[in-house]
Amino acid sequence: MSDFPRTPPRFSATFTPAVNAEIRRAAATGIYDIRGGGTKRSLPHFDDLLFLGASISRYPLEGYRESCSTDVWLGTRHAKKPIHLAIPVTIAGMSFGALSGQAKEALGRGATAAGTSTTTGDGGMTEEERGHSKTLVYQYLPSRYGMNPDDLRRADAIEIVVGQGAKPGGGGMLLGQKISDRVAEMRDLPKGIDQRSACRHPDWTGPDDLEIKILELREITDWEKPIYVKVGGSRPYYDTALAVKAGADVVVLDGMQGGTAATQDVFIEHVGMPILACIPQAVKALQDLGMHREVQLIVSGGIRSGADVAKALALGADAVAIGTAALIALGDNDPKWEAEYQALGSTAGAYDDWHEGRDPAGITTQDPELAARLDPVLGGRRLSNYLKVMTLEAQTIARACGKSSLRNLEPEDLVALTIEAAAMAGVPLAGTDWIPGRSGRF
Amino acid sequence: METFDLVAAPLRSLNAALHSLKGQETNRTEWEVLNPRGAHAVATGVDAPVEIRVRGSTGYYCGGMNKQATIRIEGSAGPGVAENMMSGAVIIEGDASQYAGATGRGGLLVVKGSAASRCGISMKGIDIVVHGNIGHMSAFMAQSGRLVVLGDAGEALGDSLYEALIFVRGSVKSLGADCVEKEMRPEHFEMLEDLLRRGEADGKARPEEFRRYGSARRLYTFSIDNASSY
Repeated sequence: MSDFPRTPPRFSATFTPAVNAEIRRAAATGIYDIRGGGTKRSLPHFDDLLFLGASISRYPLEGYRESCSTDVWLGTRHAKKPIHLAIPVTIAGMSFGALSGQAKEALGRGATAAGTSTTTGDGGMTEEERGHSKTLVYQYLPSRYGMNPDDLRRADAIEIVVGQGAKPGGGGMLLGQKISDRVAEMRDLPKGIDQRSACRHPDWTGPDDLEIKILELREITDWEKPIYVKVGGSRPYYDTALAVKAGADVVVLDGMQGGTAATQDVFIEHVGMPILACIPQAVKALQDLGMHREVQLIVSGGIRSGADVAKALALGADAVAIGTAALIALGDNDPKWEAEYQALGSTAGAYDDWHEGRDPAGITTQDPELAARLDPVLGGRRLSNYLKVMTLEAQTIARACGKSSLRNLEPEDLVALTIEAAAMAGVPLAGTDWIPGRSGRF
Repeated sequence: METFDLVAAPLRSLNAALHSLKGQETNRTEWEVLNPRGAHAVATGVDAPVEIRVRGSTGYYCGGMNKQATIRIEGSAGPGVAENMMSGAVIIEGDASQYAGATGRGGLLVVKGSAASRCGISMKGIDIVVHGNIGHMSAFMAQSGRLVVLGDAGEALGDSLYEALIFVRGSVKSLGADCVEKEMRPEHFEMLEDLLRRGEADGKARPEEFRRYGSARRLYTFSIDNASSY
């Protein structure tokens, strides 16, 4: 009998070793997994789109001679002082508290050197970022930590945060170990306690209230500041339409690849839609209302390169925002700290326990010794370099498509590699004229 | 007295005139707003030591983010009155709708009638004195400051609150998660005496008639054993 071939050990595709490990972890601890970052699962993304480039029917622009503009105006609908950025890549909202003061300063320096904006987060405005950011967007969040009219007036734009891609429908969480004296003071909370940021705004609910809230913020700031409304990738057609109806100057749309400082892994991985599926719906809403380009659209969630920027713009966005990529440019998850990542039970490239405040790269921490590892001047230069590379890459693609401005990129420049991406992005499957789902609503 | 009639002039010109006082030495310290007719965002973002009388009822966010000014509403106030107030005072002769004093960081809010649900939600240092009753979920996630209620409180008072102090003279329908009754100590009687006087309620109630509520601080650090409390 022993000479018969045996069935080799076979792992389940449902109960994989990773799934089983998580079940064992849950059984041992009784608590769900909390982590930072965005979704880690494989999703239809910009990688599934390609540009066609020029040919006999389209002619290209000369890469080193003919100009391809990259600037963008934001907030032209109602604001007396709209924002003019040199490049269409902005820095997304990230809080002081989640990030160190040095990291916030580096983001401001890098964004300013590259001619773009940076954004506060759920912890108020710090001098580091205001002082080092030529253009600073001030987030108006449910928690209202540190909210005050003086900071509203010294901001360059106001972003009303309804949701974010990592957790549409969820609030924030900053665990006690990151609540230093300064963070506690800015948030009017005792030091060292777990701090919950509400998931809903305390003084408005629904689109009709939002319209009045926007009126109030415009009155307080004398109609000078552009007002953005940020939503997670949930129901982008309706959320965009309602934000426009409420009076937004700019809609910020964050897909599920967008990061967070901390939330439940189950939330990050199972709630919300990938940015690829969100952009066409938002653009359709703007077009249906006759507001495409009147109300600008900023998209975020998994933007990594100039190719991603170009694809987002070709689908109809006016600009993009980066968060995770900016942190990586500063030095997050750098293999040079591998020994320390190992000591924390992780490895470079996979480290996501940003909520614990022990970041070897000194970025997602309030520990003074760790935070001192990040030189804000050097970090700012690295970010600025990266932003410039993204811009050059996007220009390279735009010129190849014969566009003298990044904003002239259009869906007709794109094809999809997969049926899923073709359906989500609303562009034909490569080699066909087939756009799955085009007969449907969106 | 500077008089502004909102039937004759737009809201924008009222707020622009009030904002122009910021940082100025001015003798234009008395203002009157006629015919508010439920307008939203009346006298928001003021930053000057002036007296503003609103002759009627207001819509949403009257006195929002106020600094220094004393705003007296001779009627009732819509949702979010005095939201995120920094300093100064907002006094309402009538009732206040939901979210009165939301996220307020300083100053004094007085409601001579009753306040609806979520009064003092997420308050961060403001003092609120309500002569009548307050609705459900009041002082939800309240961080600091003091809420004084001469009448009754609705359901789930002080749910998930942090360090705010709540004083209620009448009944409390129910307490929210982590909110408990606490002992009245001598400093609390003194505090109440001052708040009742400044809240124009000193003839209506005495400090010893109140009970104090605050955080049990059991939910300050997340623990799985508390999951059923949320």
